[in-house]
Amino acid sequence: MTLLINLAGLLLMVGIVWWFWLSKSTTQSQNVSDQGTTIVVADGVYSPATLRAKAGETLTLHFDRRDPSPCAEQVVFHGLDVSEFLETGTITTVTLNNPPAGEYRFTCQMQMYQGRLIVS
Amino acid sequence: MQTQRFDIQGASCQSCVRKIREALSAIAGIDDVQVDLDAQQVTVTGTADSADVQAALAKAGYAVEDTPPHTASASPASTDQEQQLAITGATCAACVRTIENALRNTAGVNQAQMNFADRTARVSGTADTQSLIDAVEKAGYGASPVDDNDDDGAREQQEQQHYRRLLRHTWLGLGLGVPLMAWGLLGGNMMVQPGTASQWIWLAIGLLTLAVLATAGRHFFVGAWKAFRNHNANMDTLIALGTGAAWLYSMAVVLIPAALPEAARHVYFEASAMIIGLINLGQALEVRARGKTSEAVKRLLDLGAKTARVVRDGPNHEKREQDIPVEQVQTDDILRVRPGEKIAVDGIVEEGESRLDESMLTGEPMPVSKTIGDTVSAGTLNEGGTLLYRATAVGKDTALSRIVALVKKAQGSKPPIGRLADDVSAVFVPTIMLIAVVAAMAWFNLGPEPRITHMLISATTVLIIACPCALGLATPMSVMVGVGKAAEHGILIREGDALQTSSKLDTIVLDKTGTITEGKPALTDILCAEGQQEDHLLQLAASLESGSEHPLARAILEAAQQRDISPDRADNFHALNGKGVSATLNGKSYRLGNRRWLESEGITANLDSSSLTERGATPLFLAEGNTLLGILGVADRIKEDSRDAIARLKDQGLTVVMITGDIQASADAIAKQVGVDQVMAEVLPEDKAKKVKALQDKGRIVAMVGDGINDAPALAQADVGFAIGTGTDVAIESAAITLMGGSLHGVADAMAISSATVRNIKQNLFGAFIYNSLGVPVAAGVLYPLTGSLLSPVIAGAAMSLSSVTVVSNANRLRLFKPQRGKS
Repeated sequence: MTLLINLAGLLLMVGIVWWFWLSKSTTQSQNVSDQGTTIVVADGVYSPATLRAKAGETLTLHFDRRDPSPCAEQVVFHGLDVSEFLETGTITTVTLNNPPAGEYRFTCQMQMYQGRLIVS
Repeated sequence: MQTQRFDIQGASCQSCVRKIREALSAIAGIDDVQVDLDAQQVTVTGTADSADVQAALAKAGYAVEDTPPHTASASPASTDQEQQLAITGATCAACVRTIENALRNTAGVNQAQMNFADRTARVSGTADTQSLIDAVEKAGYGASPVDDNDDDGAREQQEQQHYRRLLRHTWLGLGLGVPLMAWGLLGGNMMVQPGTASQWIWLAIGLLTLAVLATAGRHFFVGAWKAFRNHNANMDTLIALGTGAAWLYSMAVVLIPAALPEAARHVYFEASAMIIGLINLGQALEVRARGKTSEAVKRLLDLGAKTARVVRDGPNHEKREQDIPVEQVQTDDILRVRPGEKIAVDGIVEEGESRLDESMLTGEPMPVSKTIGDTVSAGTLNEGGTLLYRATAVGKDTALSRIVALVKKAQGSKPPIGRLADDVSAVFVPTIMLIAVVAAMAWFNLGPEPRITHMLISATTVLIIACPCALGLATPMSVMVGVGKAAEHGILIREGDALQTSSKLDTIVLDKTGTITEGKPALTDILCAEGQQEDHLLQLAASLESGSEHPLARAILEAAQQRDISPDRADNFHALNGKGVSATLNGKSYRLGNRRWLESEGITANLDSSSLTERGATPLFLAEGNTLLGILGVADRIKEDSRDAIARLKDQGLTVVMITGDIQASADAIAKQVGVDQVMAEVLPEDKAKKVKALQDKGRIVAMVGDGINDAPALAQADVGFAIGTGTDVAIESAAITLMGGSLHGVADAMAISSATVRNIKQNLFGAFIYNSLGVPVAAGVLYPLTGSLLSPVIAGAAMSLSSVTVVSNANRLRLFKPQRGKS
C-alpha cells in the first residue's frame, strides 16, 4: 500500500512536469488568416491559444472577451511591447505590425490566460 | 453512398463550422460532414441530394453567391429609414457576411452593413424592425434594436451583473459552509460513523456541497478543465483541485468509511463550500477595486465630444449648421464651438476669439487664449466666446486619441523590476501542484496518524493558499494607476522602463531655451537717456526694425504692438549682420545695435547697461546721429515657475545642470537667477548629446529635458528623456516622458510619481512574494512540530482571496498621489 501510494505520487509529479512543461500542445494551433483571427477569451483560456503566423506580415487579431472577470481585461504580448484593454460585449482588434520571427507569449495581466504566438 | 464537395465562402472559425454542421444535419441522408476552412470547402458523405445541401448552405449563409442579393422593389427612397440593430452571437468576422446576407434578403431592405467591432448592423430600407430581427434570428443569431448612447450604460450594467453574480455565489458558498463550520467549531461531530444515520446525513450534505460546487464554483472547474486541455494551469486549476480533492475525500469517507482508518473518517465538505464562497467574495471585491484602477483612461476617453456642430454650405450657398456624430467629422470640415462646449476634433481657428481650458490634457490650470491661426485640441473646453475652426485631425489622429493610445500602451508595459514576477508566474501553478504532491507524500511517509487526513489537508491547503494573482498583479496594477495618474497631470510616460529609471536619477540636464526660459526673446527694459521717454524710444526702435526678421526685432515689434505703438516708415534700411540696423526717419539717421558697433562709429555709450547684462538680457543701443538716446533690453524671459521647480528638483537630491549655446556670461546670469548647480555654456546643439554622454561616463544617471525636436539626440542619449512642450502640439513620441505643459514642475512631478509608483510596485511584489513563500510552507505543515495542527484550508481560502484584493487596493493608493507644487 505504502509503495503504491508513493508510486502514485511520483507518477503524478512526473505527469505534471510532462503535461504542463514538456509537452506543449500544438494541436489547437491556428494560422492567423488575412482577414484576422478571432480569439475567444472565456473560462480562463484563449481559444485558440496557439497562433501561427508568417514573419513579415501585419497580423490582425480579434479578441472576443466573454469573461467579465477583471482578470481577462487586458491582453499583453510579451516581447512585442503591445497591450490592449479588452471590452466585454464587443470585439477588440489588436494589430501587430510585422512581428519578427520568434515565439511570443500573450497573456492577461496576471498571466492566468496564456497563449503563444509563433511567428516563423 | 457518395462523397460530394461544395464550395463555401465566409466560413473562418469553429462556430461557422458548427453552424454548417447544424444546417446540414437537418437534411436526410447525410452520414458525415467535413468542413475545410482553409480550402473553403464542405465535403458531404451520404445519399443526400446536392440541391438540398446547396440550399441548406445558402440558408446558413455560407453558399457561394451566384445571384445578386434580393432587394426590395416596392417604393424605395420615399419611406427609407435607417435602423441600427445590436447583434449577439456573432463570433467571427465571417458571421458578418451571414448576417448581412440574411438582412439583405429581407423584403424592403436596400442596404445592410454590419460593424463587427461593436456588433451592430446598420440597415436602410423600408423593412420594419421586427422582420429584420426575425431574419437575423433565423440565421442563427440574436438581434435587438439599438438605443443610441446606450453603450456605457450597457457596459456598466454588465459589470454590475457580474459583480452581483459573484456576490450570489459568495452567499451560496458561505450559506452552506458557515453553518457546517460552526457545527464543527461548536463541537459537533464531523466524523462519519458507518452504519448510522450520520452517514446518510453526510451523504445529503455532500450532495448539497456538490450542488454548490456545480453552481457557485462552476467557473473554476470549467476554467481548470479548459486550461488543462491546453496544457496550461491557472488559478482556477488550483481552486478546482483544492476544493475537488476535499470533496472527493469527504465523499469517500461517507461512501466507504470502512476503507479508512477510524481517525481519518473526517469530512471536509465545509472547506469546499467555504473556499468557493470566500474566493467568489475576493473576486467581487476585486471587481470593485479594479474599476478604479483604469479610471484615468476612462476619464481621458470621456473627454472626447460625442457630437460636433459642422458648418456646411446649403443648397443656395447659405451656411447651414448641423450637429453630427463626431465620428463623421472629416478633415477640413468647418466646425463651430460655443461657450461651454468641448472642441470635437483637432483644428485651427478660422474665426473668433476665446479661452480654452486645456488642463485636462496639459495639466496647466490657466485657460489659454485662442484666436485665428491658433491650434485647438479635441477634448479641451471652450470657456469664452464662439470659435469657428477647421478640422485638421480627426478620429485616431487627434492629440487626445494619441494620448489615450499612448497611456493605454504604457499601462500595459512593465518596468524591469516586474520581470522576475513574470518569470515566476509563468511556472507558478504547476510548481505549486508539485509542492502539494510532495507535501502530501511527506505527510504520508513521515507524518503521524491519521496520515491520510494530513495528506489531504496539507495538499488542499497548499493548493488553495498559493496566490498567483497577487504576484501577477503586483506590477501591472501599480503601473496602470501610476501612468494614469501621471497622464492626469499632463505627464505622458511612454514605457515602464522610464518609470523605474526616473526614480533612480541623480543628475538632470536642462536645456536653457524653451525649457528654463520661454524660448522667445521679449523686451524686458528700456533705459532712457536724459529727456527721453520710453514710448518714444520704443516707437523709434520699432520703426527701425519693422523691416527685419531677426528674433530681437520681433521682440521689439511685439512690445510696440502691446503698447499700441505703430511704427513709422523708415528709409535707407540697412541690416549689418552681428552689429545692428540703421535707417533714416524723417530725414534723421538712427542706429540700433550692439555697443561695440556704435562705439566704433564714434558714439559714446554713456549709459550703464550692466543691470541688463547681469540678468542675461541683450542690450540694444539706440542712437540718433551721434547721440545715444537709450538702451533697450531684450531677453529670453525665464518662465515664472522655473526657479521654484529647480529648487524642487534639488530638494529631490538631483544635481541640476543647465546646457545652452549662449556665451558663458549670459548663461551664468540665467543660472544665478534660477539657481542651477552647474552650467554648460557655448555648447553647439549637436554636442549636447556628447555632454550628456560625458556625464554618464562619470557614472551619473542622467535625465535630459528639452524640446523634443532640436534636442532629440540628447533626449535619446539620456537615461530618461523628457520632452517639454507647451500645449498639445508637442511631438509625444519623441521622448520617454512627455510633458504636455510647459512648466518645469512637470519634471519634478514626473519623478515624484515615478518614485511613488516604483515604491508601490516594490511593496506589492514584496507582499506577494512574502505571502506565497511563507504561506505555502505553512500550508504544507512546517509549523506542525510547533503548533501540533495544520492550517485549515478555510483560512487558506480567506487569505488567498484577500491577497489579491490587497494588491489592487495598495495600487489604488497611488490615485491619492498629489504633486507638491508652489513650494518656494
